[in-house]
Amino acid sequence: MLSLWLNVIAGGVLIGLVYGLVALGLTIIFGVMRVVNFAHGEMVVFGIYIGYWTVRIWDAPIFLAAAVAAVVMFVFGYLLETLVVKRFVNRPHHYQFIVFIGLSLLFSGVLLMSFGPDPRPTASQLSFQTVSVGPLTLDWARIQAAATAGLLIAALGAYLKYSAFGRSLRGAANNRLGGLVVGLNIPRVYAVTFGIGAACAGVAGALISPLFDAQPYLAVDFTLLAFVTVIVGGLGSFGGALLGGLTIGVAEAIAALMFTPSMKTALPYALLIIILILRPRGFFGAKDI
Amino acid sequence: MQRTSDQASDTKRWGAGALVFAALAMVGGMSNAYVISLLTIVLLFTFLGQSWNLMLGIGGQLSIGHALFVGIGAYAVAILNIKYGVTPWIGLLLGAVIAGFVGAVLAWLSFRFEVRGIYFALLTIAAAEFARIMFGGWDYVGGMQGLFYQAPSGTMDLGMLRGDARFYYFVALALAAIGVAGTELISRSYWGYVWRAMRDDDEAARALGVRTFRHKVLVVSISAATAAIGGGVLGLVQGAIFPDSIMGMAISVDVLIGPVVGGLGTAFGPLVGSMAAIPLHHAMGALGDSLGLPGLNSVAYGAVLILVVWFLPDGIWPAIVRLYGAIQLPARGRISQLRKAEE
Repeated sequence: MLSLWLNVIAGGVLIGLVYGLVALGLTIIFGVMRVVNFAHGEMVVFGIYIGYWTVRIWDAPIFLAAAVAAVVMFVFGYLLETLVVKRFVNRPHHYQFIVFIGLSLLFSGVLLMSFGPDPRPTASQLSFQTVSVGPLTLDWARIQAAATAGLLIAALGAYLKYSAFGRSLRGAANNRLGGLVVGLNIPRVYAVTFGIGAACAGVAGALISPLFDAQPYLAVDFTLLAFVTVIVGGLGSFGGALLGGLTIGVAEAIAALMFTPSMKTALPYALLIIILILRPRGFFGAKDI
Repeated sequence: MQRTSDQASDTKRWGAGALVFAALAMVGGMSNAYVISLLTIVLLFTFLGQSWNLMLGIGGQLSIGHALFVGIGAYAVAILNIKYGVTPWIGLLLGAVIAGFVGAVLAWLSFRFEVRGIYFALLTIAAAEFARIMFGGWDYVGGMQGLFYQAPSGTMDLGMLRGDARFYYFVALALAAIGVAGTELISRSYWGYVWRAMRDDDEAARALGVRTFRHKVLVVSISAATAAIGGGVLGLVQGAIFPDSIMGMAISVDVLIGPVVGGLGTAFGPLVGSMAAIPLHHAMGALGDSLGLPGLNSVAYGAVLILVVWFLPDGIWPAIVRLYGAIQLPARGRISQLRKAEE
């Protein structure tokens, strides 16, 4: 019994790291630009399809799929910001939200048109390999996904903390006007930020592609999951996204074990409502939204 | 002088509104079944759009989970009617009360620590999704298999709100008229001024002695209750309700697209917007089906939302009013027309 619980919790932690990466993309975009990317789930699904093509069709290792997704989605996010999002950054929140709902509908429509509504299984032999560590028996696919996600989160954290660009990004997040005064190239910072956020979502999608069938309708679920994760951790907080991801991952896994599978999908929302009652701004939420 | 000109333009506005609805009633008397069923949906979403409009356009609170209230209304009517044979009128009333209470609780939770804006919007969508999943797993309300009304016998029965498609068209028309007139009346009432004041500047409104917390809870609650009434009728019109179709994200988007496209905060905007967007959505859906491209309607909706916010941020209706004002009323009248358009 104990080993069952340990296994479930370990599985939750592993998938939680990937959720953390998804949420990190959302929270970076929000923290710097103060816009909520409602099309985040679609970007995750783009990543899943990239994983589907690279792993399934070219038989590439999952790391390569993640790298391809990172590059493609960074360019995608960068272009999307410079062409569309830029024009709405200084508009009231509800206008931004509506634009992003529009983008999300547009992307999911494009996904449906290009790939059709039927799920495409990405399951390779990778999906069925397991590794035993002491009492634990873990998915090899999950371990790879979690390890890559964890490494990327650490690398991104270090990059934001120590590099010159990371400093200007944090400066822009703290005080946009101040950043302009000291000569930051705010439009470029914003475009790169959006690119990084999209890349996080895309990489997470590619990493979980052996675990989820590629399907356009997944997008809404991932968007909502990212929202919940980010709110649980606190919008705009780096550590909050990671902690939120782990919390949701473990809570989901435990709920699936203890209750019915439908509880697994409902639980993040219940958790969110509880968090908002007890700590309205999440674990590490910014004071001013 | 100013007074009389205001009264004159008032009479004109109400007269124009009455004319539009009289024309719609004639359309309902003459058109074929397809047009009627499409316009019924347009008019119902006009009413639902008004409810959403009240919350954001006048009260300043963004909801992207209105499907929650729509679904509560639809389920209240369906459960009472299908399981116990109670008239939908009671169900509509009960649904409105429950949804109003749920809305008030959500607003209270969110606004008591001045958590607003994005957090509130995300709370509404989380609550809607939570309810959708819960209803899907709840056998008493039919679970994912949903609830089905008995096929209408074709005889009109106002007491049980049953009838043919034309009957529901007129029910929807009455609701839309109530929605448009109600928005106009509310936005001119004391509450309307208070809500617009807190929408524009919360702190300034409080400095003037408005208890904005209470008023926010009130506006969300009223909006939720009206959405539930619209949802109850929508369920009757559709003849069957499922958690995914009546509480899903798609309903939340359908509810907001009318007012956004037509004009936020205006009385006529949701009607104009629904008239423009919903037929487009259906046409694109049909075109997509015939071409074998299932996502075409979604692409069209998305593109319309983005383009409207990009090029016509006030929506179509204020643009029409402005155009009309520029042609009709040089100099003096234009300013008052512009002001009207802004409201």
